[in-house]
Amino acid sequence: MQVKEYKPLIVAFCCNWCSYAGADLAGNNRLNYPADVKIIRVPCSCRVNPMFILRAFQRGADGVILCGCHPGDCHYTSGNYFTRRRMAMLFSMLDFLGIERERTRVEWVSAAEGAKFAATMNDFVTQVAALGENKRLEDLRCKK
Amino acid sequence: MRKCSLDSLNSVFAKIAEAMALYLPVDGSDGRAVFSKWEDGSVLSNALNTVRSPKDFFFPQSEDLMRFKTEGKNIEIIDIRPESEDFAVFGVRACDVKSFDILDRVFLTEPCDSYYASRREHGVIISLACTRPSETCFCQAFGIDPSTPAGDISCFKTDNEMYWQANTEKGEALLKAIESLTEECTDEAVNEQKEKIRAIMKKLPLASLTTNSFGGGKTTELFDRPEWAELSEACLGCGTCTFVCPTCQCYDIKDFNTGNGVIRYRCWDSCMYSEFTRMAHGNNRISQKERFRQRFMHKLVYYPENNDGLFSCVGCGRCLSRCPISMNIVKVMKKLGGESK
Amino acid sequence: MQKITKEQLIERASALLRDGTVNHVLGWAQGEFDYDITPAVFSDESSLTGNFVWNDFCGANFSKYLVSKCRTLEGKILVFLKPCDTYSFNQLLTEHRFDREKVYAIGIPCEGMADIDKVKAICGDGISSIDCSGEKLSVTSIYEDSPISVNTADVLTERCVNCKSKKHVAYDELLGDEGDILDSARFDEVAKIEAMTPDERFAFWQNELSRCIRCNACRDVCPACTCEVCVFNNPKSGVENKAPANSFEEKMFHIIRAFHVAGRCTDCGECSRVCPQNIPLHLLNRKFIKEMNECYGEYQAGETVGSKSPLTDYTLEDLEPGEVFDRGDINA
Repeated sequence: MQVKEYKPLIVAFCCNWCSYAGADLAGNNRLNYPADVKIIRVPCSCRVNPMFILRAFQRGADGVILCGCHPGDCHYTSGNYFTRRRMAMLFSMLDFLGIERERTRVEWVSAAEGAKFAATMNDFVTQVAALGENKRLEDLRCKK
Repeated sequence: MRKCSLDSLNSVFAKIAEAMALYLPVDGSDGRAVFSKWEDGSVLSNALNTVRSPKDFFFPQSEDLMRFKTEGKNIEIIDIRPESEDFAVFGVRACDVKSFDILDRVFLTEPCDSYYASRREHGVIISLACTRPSETCFCQAFGIDPSTPAGDISCFKTDNEMYWQANTEKGEALLKAIESLTEECTDEAVNEQKEKIRAIMKKLPLASLTTNSFGGGKTTELFDRPEWAELSEACLGCGTCTFVCPTCQCYDIKDFNTGNGVIRYRCWDSCMYSEFTRMAHGNNRISQKERFRQRFMHKLVYYPENNDGLFSCVGCGRCLSRCPISMNIVKVMKKLGGESK
Repeated sequence: MQKITKEQLIERASALLRDGTVNHVLGWAQGEFDYDITPAVFSDESSLTGNFVWNDFCGANFSKYLVSKCRTLEGKILVFLKPCDTYSFNQLLTEHRFDREKVYAIGIPCEGMADIDKVKAICGDGISSIDCSGEKLSVTSIYEDSPISVNTADVLTERCVNCKSKKHVAYDELLGDEGDILDSARFDEVAKIEAMTPDERFAFWQNELSRCIRCNACRDVCPACTCEVCVFNNPKSGVENKAPANSFEEKMFHIIRAFHVAGRCTDCGECSRVCPQNIPLHLLNRKFIKEMNECYGEYQAGETVGSKSPLTDYTLEDLEPGEVFDRGDINA
């Protein structure tokens, strides 16, 4: 019997103005990153409320990464500064509940950083793959 | 009647657990009693009662009913209920035993609820007489005698012994299984204890509570009473009273989209919630006063009206000790004239 | 024992009702026993003398009631506030949740509130009366011939053991003496959990949160939870649920509940007081408070009206989310 290779499912929330364009650039430059990264475009990283992150885990994500403009570069001036605090708090709460801290990440990726986007995704996928399946924040009903 | 010593109780439990899953109240990590599955080393709690009622075993808070799968134009309906297995619940108090009469009338009359019925069929209720009723107890107002609980088997705990008496065929069968560990005895000690408990019951602070002002046919008299406004004034609209209640039986059926199909499940609902029985036009009980009134009118008037005068409260006192704002059925009854002078 | 007496409060409230300063009094009403006290609105002197009560079991925080009562009641409302309640009062004002002009607030000192479950753990069931007027609680039980004497300190609620302040931060009038902000050990329990391994933490919370019955009492009593329709009640939100179908939903509810009040939670402790399943919900809130204090500077919600909570503010030098784990990490 062939053992199916475990591939983590990653949800990446990308802000419309920087990170999504960065992902686009990565594609244009033919940079490789795993196809298991599913990108969800949001108007600003600040649009991502904690519920989005939890829902991604519920629906089967093994890792969630949030990408936005570099601090200071937010299209809406300050959105990503709020994101920074909010996610810092959410991640430390998840950690407090004993959920692996390596499953979540925030990364700032500008429109010009296609290479960084690809490298970040590769790195994050490797990191989550090492943890294995998400068991602590899973909803069994959503598993096939 | 048969008896065993309290020291040998554990081996009796072990014997029962060989035949079927056995649940009994044990002290939880926070010190409060909770029904748990018996395993070697489980110690029967001394608490009067559990926070959650044994209704959970027959009507769980949330249960999956079926699953839908769509492929092309076909919808496949999959029955996902697990096979029911025999189980026994030990330590059910007289009030909670009575609650099954109330639930049975709801779930077992046509159209019969097959999920509930199957659990009732497979479950053995082993009741336990109260020895130290609490000030929050008012089961006697509903004609319940806590010293003589019903159930498939009634148990009576004295200082050193546990007495067992079977009341139904199911109970007889189970007592047969533990025959080697128990011995035949007279009911003298039990009768003596019953008298003691009955004497305590008379001393309880809520002993004067009566149901005289309530029952079927009282709707018009009670519905518009001005006291409802004052009684419901502080109600938070949480579901604590309904969820700890052994007789509350309202539920909601919902579909959950799993991303690869739909699971239809049901879960307890509470008449205290603003979205309870919401219809297309919204909600017919628009303020907390109406929701609050619904709960108590249902227990004290509507249910008895449809069920030969049987009240759907058993006086277990859980809502008295758990309501965040300490508003409860006793205060409602007293305000509306339910106390004998 | 409370330093201020029930009679003093009734007298003051009656005087204010009589001279027309206020039209209603938000206070505690006597229950069946000495400990089951219900928040109530009193509108005349006779109901005050007949039903008003103030003893060691008056834990309810009235601040949240002002949101609805200011809308429904005509005239001015007198509200009694314990020191911790005044923080919630200010926080609601910061959020413009009620009309300050309609409220007359009297600050009253509090010596800490007793937890009836702790009393029962000592005295057992069958309590017929509790006398709170002496140094110690005197508990009469139907099973005992003479009253049992209980040290108040042994039965204080968790939040009162770790009381953060005896100082009122808002009032129109103060009865009794003003207290001070205290050095409390309220974050010790959080630190203890932080020191566990992730597996232990997970097991700890799994055990606690699995008891949740989703009665929503923690949310409904919370003075910071004042949404008109909660996201968990709103069928259009996509996350509405009435019962925790599995451990994911339990966690989601409690994380979101705590997160939504993060920066606004004054740590009044009502959530843990009302939880029928004894889940230490305040630890989730305190984790956020502790974390924000450490990362963004000390902040006490409700200390002043109009203050900006850490999550609605930022600096250019804030820690990166990945870095919060790196600062002096005990688990690294």
